[in-house]
Amino acid sequence: MIDDDFVNALLHERDFLSIKHREDCLTLNCSPDSLVDFCKHLRDEQTFDLLMDLTAVDHGEEAKDRFSVVLHFYSLVHKSYIRIHVLCPDSQSPSIPSVSSVFPAANWHERETFDMFGIEFSEHPNLKRILMWDDYPYFPLRKEFPLAGIEVPLPAADVAEVTGADVDPAPMMGGPFVASGNSRMSEAEPRAKDESWTEESEKPL
Amino acid sequence: MISNEVGYNSKIEGEVIVTRADSVINWIRKHSVWPMPMGLACCAIELMASAASRYDISRFGMEVMRFSPRQSDCMIVAGTVTYKMAEVVRRIYDQMGDPKWVVAMGACASTGGMYRSYAVMQGVDNVVPVDVYVSGCPPRPEALLDAMMKLQGKIGNESSVSNLSKKPESFKVS
Repeated sequence: MIDDDFVNALLHERDFLSIKHREDCLTLNCSPDSLVDFCKHLRDEQTFDLLMDLTAVDHGEEAKDRFSVVLHFYSLVHKSYIRIHVLCPDSQSPSIPSVSSVFPAANWHERETFDMFGIEFSEHPNLKRILMWDDYPYFPLRKEFPLAGIEVPLPAADVAEVTGADVDPAPMMGGPFVASGNSRMSEAEPRAKDESWTEESEKPL
Repeated sequence: MISNEVGYNSKIEGEVIVTRADSVINWIRKHSVWPMPMGLACCAIELMASAASRYDISRFGMEVMRFSPRQSDCMIVAGTVTYKMAEVVRRIYDQMGDPKWVVAMGACASTGGMYRSYAVMQGVDNVVPVDVYVSGCPPRPEALLDAMMKLQGKIGNESSVSNLSKKPESFKVS
């Protein structure tokens, strides 16, 4: 059980840890340098042997530390989660150590996080894009990236030459499209938030 | 008996049928459409349903789904075409022998559907020439069968003989 004794024992003589909050589950800040060793400790000593998720957060371009990587672990003994929050030290070229040597499940999660946020995972065995194609120049889940996308050439040059197609921004037509929530199904279907503009007729000022 | 002789009567006309080459070629083609199931998402499940016993696409002579583009002549694009996959769709289309047709099955293949995002091509007609679009998300098997019958109608009206001497036109988006 995750009680105060457990937390105090975990934090004892570990300067690199601090409690972020305990709202839904125990959330700890961890320094990047100690992450791999601490993950190993969680897995081998504390029975948190399931890596449920590994993703990242973009705090925005203005934030001092822009990116943080978030890991969720589950313990079948404690029957509860632990969340580890790691701030990436460098906002321009964010990088943290890979935990895929401890949790092989992290391999593809880290590749996806690299693909979407551009966070480098040092010592990752195969760090390349997993969803977008290899030459894609942007990181789509960063805050400054528009949902509709940015115009780039099609991945295959010969196909692009024959068809004349390229990667265009998707038409938003007053979107993004969201469901209105707790109404009837017919009204809760995704609709454009602001139907006063489309790509053809500009948004009225 | 005379009232029954509106059609072909072998006693009068002999063992000969007079017709146009277009009609014969198109008749042969439209009753043996070999689809290439380009299943990319949930539409492929409905595509499988239309091939199974309840909806039975073979009633209309197009049940021979081939997983090799070289053996098929109608690509059914069933599902979301991402930009990464668009290249593959085009390459498979290029490997199909002429004459060939394309059916865009469902909202995603036709227009990108609900995926207005950086990753999804807004309609497979950006890379391949589409003959029939099917609405629905996903379309019911009846809708696909209707589309295939529409395609048969389209094949039936082609100028097949004069097309034989033409080069296949290279496709370009306007």
